[in-house]
Amino acid sequence: MATKSLKKRESELANVNRQLEILSNGIFQNGELPKFKDKIAQTNQFPLRPNTLEILQINLGYMCNQVCDHCHVDAGPDRKEIMTRDTMLQCLEVIKATNAHTLDLTGGAPEMNPDFRWFVHEASKAGIKDFIVRSNLTIIRANKKYHDLPEFFKKHNVHVVSSMPHWTRGKTDKQRGDGVFDKSIKALQELNAIGYGMPDSPLKLDLVYNPSGAFLPGDQVSMEKDFKKALMEDFGIHFHNLFAITNLPISRFLDYLIASENYEDYMYALVDAYNPDAVKNVMCTNTISVSWDGWLYDCDFNQMLDLKVESKVKHISEYNEELLQNRNIIISQHCYGCTAGAGSSCQGSVA
Amino acid sequence: MQKTYYDPSDLKKFGKISEWSEDLGEKFFEYYNKVFEEGALSAREKALIALAVSHVVKCPYCIDAYTKDGLQRGITKEEMMEAVHAGAAIESGATLVHAVQMMNKVNKLDL
Repeated sequence: MATKSLKKRESELANVNRQLEILSNGIFQNGELPKFKDKIAQTNQFPLRPNTLEILQINLGYMCNQVCDHCHVDAGPDRKEIMTRDTMLQCLEVIKATNAHTLDLTGGAPEMNPDFRWFVHEASKAGIKDFIVRSNLTIIRANKKYHDLPEFFKKHNVHVVSSMPHWTRGKTDKQRGDGVFDKSIKALQELNAIGYGMPDSPLKLDLVYNPSGAFLPGDQVSMEKDFKKALMEDFGIHFHNLFAITNLPISRFLDYLIASENYEDYMYALVDAYNPDAVKNVMCTNTISVSWDGWLYDCDFNQMLDLKVESKVKHISEYNEELLQNRNIIISQHCYGCTAGAGSSCQGSVA
Repeated sequence: MQKTYYDPSDLKKFGKISEWSEDLGEKFFEYYNKVFEEGALSAREKALIALAVSHVVKCPYCIDAYTKDGLQRGITKEEMMEAVHAGAAIESGATLVHAVQMMNKVNKLDL
């Protein structure tokens, strides 16, 4: 279990160019495995182009109370990148005008941004249809000042999407840190108590499952059944849907894959499981990702690799949806993570 | 020619067995895939049976494949180990039940 971010550790992999080199060299350079570009070209899906914009995903900062082993953001308490109110004001202008029906706030732990509540309050006035906050759950129990977050979410009709790697303590704590499981269970019970996740409740509570190691997620429907059964039997917890998300080979997960000598096997597994049907619905085709400092990306993963959109418009201050929609999506071998099996996105399976 | 009998990378080539006998290979894989679909038993239950049998038949490829498969399904290590014990118990029981044959023989031959 890591305690510091790659950046703080001054790891070689804190350098995104090094990550991109690794993803293009070795087995992808010697032709042992096909590059993503060539793979999607086989089904005439290159260049990858956006479809209708549905989701505006805003990263409020990389600070987090946890240091999860698989984190693609390299988030942690030592990350100081936080969205300012000025950038939030620019985002609000875009939120008011966008055609996207979903606003998706992520981080780090987005709740740790000091202007989080102000921003949620302002953004909810824009009346967007689905307003998501990606909460790691433990933040609700991390400090007294966060204890009332469930009530705050309810007040603004926020759709809560929370990470939960397994229904057992051992597997959860191994990935996310000691004590995370118990705190997460307590947070889920509190959310349930005010109506979140209850059957037929309009207060939406979904869980995100990431595998806790160098393997792909199983079938989302079966996993959801198992999660529901176990969380109900053991803790009386309800939730709506489970999103099974594949870990992408970047940042801390890439660091783990290399250190554990699983990198090549993992890439083989992703390429073997490649599903051309998933390419049609990968999230970069319906999402724009905004970084804490206002730069625009095809997805949160490209944001972490600092691959800014290939468009004249690159920053929220110059946002123009029409121009942005007319772009080619930037791809590399990490994209295999979104097209394996049933596909993977922030909304779970896509195929 | 490789110097060891087992090579982990051979697992990826399993499908190639159809190349030398297409009809039988295809029939086998069709049957194999059908077996592991949801049925009267869940796919999860079948995955645990497969893991236990993999150990009993001591197939390193199968152990590799069904351990990974178990992880993907969210099966815990405690469940995996209990499944292997179930297989091991039957295997050792099968040895020990033959002791009755030994006892019968001794009882017949001994004064």
